[in-house]
Amino acid sequence: MLELAAGQGGMPDWLWNFILAALKATGVLAFAMASAGLLTWVERKVAARIQRRRGPEVVGGPWGVLQPLADGVKLFAKEDVMPRAVDRWVWALAPSVIFFPVIMVFLVIPLDPKFGALRDLNIALVYLAAVTSFTVLGIFMAGWGSNNKYSLIGAMRAIAMIVSYEIPLVLSVVGVVLAAGSLSLVDIVEAQDEMWFIIPQFLGFVVFYIASLAELNRTPFDLVTGESEIVMGYLTEYSGIRAGLMIFSEYIGLLATSLVAASLFLGGWHGPFGTDSVVWLLLKAFFLVFVAMWIRWTLPRLRIDQVMNLGWKFLLPVSIANVVLTGAWIMVR
Amino acid sequence: MEGYLDVLIFLIAGFSFPIVNLFISRLLRRDNPRPEKVTTYESGMVPFGDARVKFHIAYYFFALLFVVFDVETIFLYPWAVVFRQVDQVFAFWEMFVFIGILVVGLIYAWKKKVLTWV
Repeated sequence: MLELAAGQGGMPDWLWNFILAALKATGVLAFAMASAGLLTWVERKVAARIQRRRGPEVVGGPWGVLQPLADGVKLFAKEDVMPRAVDRWVWALAPSVIFFPVIMVFLVIPLDPKFGALRDLNIALVYLAAVTSFTVLGIFMAGWGSNNKYSLIGAMRAIAMIVSYEIPLVLSVVGVVLAAGSLSLVDIVEAQDEMWFIIPQFLGFVVFYIASLAELNRTPFDLVTGESEIVMGYLTEYSGIRAGLMIFSEYIGLLATSLVAASLFLGGWHGPFGTDSVVWLLLKAFFLVFVAMWIRWTLPRLRIDQVMNLGWKFLLPVSIANVVLTGAWIMVR
Repeated sequence: MEGYLDVLIFLIAGFSFPIVNLFISRLLRRDNPRPEKVTTYESGMVPFGDARVKFHIAYYFFALLFVVFDVETIFLYPWAVVFRQVDQVFAFWEMFVFIGILVVGLIYAWKKKVLTWV
C-alpha cells in the first residue's frame, strides 16, 4: 500500500491516506453486509438439510436465494418500537457498540501474499483481543438499557460466559505466537509456509474454536438468548432495523472469527501447488463457518453451570498445558 | 502513528454504520407508538417491579477471577514473541514459575468451590 501512497501528484499525503482508509472501510462494510446476508440464507439452508425442515424456497431466485433481500427490506420498513421504560441513549447506542468491533477485525486479516492485510499492525493479536472485548460492553448496554428482566438476565449470562472464555481464547493463541515469533497476522500466515499450525497446535485450535463459539454466543453456547426461558435475551426489546443490525453483527462476527481462525491455524492464503491467494482464505473461512452451523443444528443448548465447568475446568487447564508444552518443545528442539 | 489512521477510520465507520441505517430506516418506516406497544415486554403480563434485580454472587466471583487471569495472560504475549531470540532455557523456566503461580491460583479457586455454579 505504501507504493500507492507515494507521489499522488498534487494531493497531500494525509488526504490520500484518509481517502484510502475510507475506501477500505467502505469495501469491508459492503463485503461484510453482503456475506452476512448470504450467511443468514446459508444458515437456514443448512438447518433445513440437517434437520429435514423446509428452508427458504418461496421468495424467489434459485433455491430461494433472494430471501435475505426480502428480509432486509422488511427490517428497514418495520416499526422501531422504543419501550417507554428504556434508558434511551444506552439502549439506542448498544447496536453500534456491538457492531463496530466485528468490522474492525477485518482490518488486520491477511488477504493475499502480494497485498498483505488492509493494515498490517505489528500487534495485530493484541489489537484483536482489545477490540473484540468491546462486544461485552455493547451487550451489557443492551441488557441494562432495556430495563427488561429477560434482557438483563441474558446480558449477565453473556458477560459471565464471554469473560470466562476470553482467557482460554487468549491463551490458545500464545502457542501460535510462540511458533511464529510475531504478533502480526501477516507474519503468522507467512510462517505457515511449510506446515499449517493446526498440526503442531491442534490442542490450541480446538480450544480456540470452542472458545470462539462461546464468544459469538452460538449454539451450544446460546443460553444467553435461550428462547424457551428468556425470550431473546438482551435482544428482547429491540425491533426492526436495530434487531436486524444486532443479528447481522453476529453473522459478521462469525465470519470474522472464522477468517482469524483460518489465518492462525489453517495457513490463511496458502494453497497447494503455489496457488496462494485470497480465494483459499475465503474457502477455509467459509468451511469453518459451515462447521459452526453444523454444530449449531446438531447439539442441544448447554446450561450455565455446564458452560462454566467447560470453560474453567477443561479449556483453561488445557490451554495452559498447551502453552507450557509448546514452550518446552521449542526449548528442547 | 500514521498506521493507526486506518484503525480510527474503521472505528468511526463501524460505529456510524448502524446510525446511518437507522436514518435510512426512519425514512421508510412508519412510527405509531401506542401506550400498550411501548410497555416493557414480559410475556404479555403487566410488568411488575424493577428489572434491575439482585444477581447471584457467582457472577461476581467469575468476574473477579477473569480480572486476575486476563491481566496475567496478556503478559504471555510479549514473552511468546521474544522467546526464540533470548536464552530459551531461562525464559522457559521463568515463565514456568509464572504460570505455576497462576495454576496454584486456579487450583485454590477450584478447591474453594468458586468455580462451582450453585
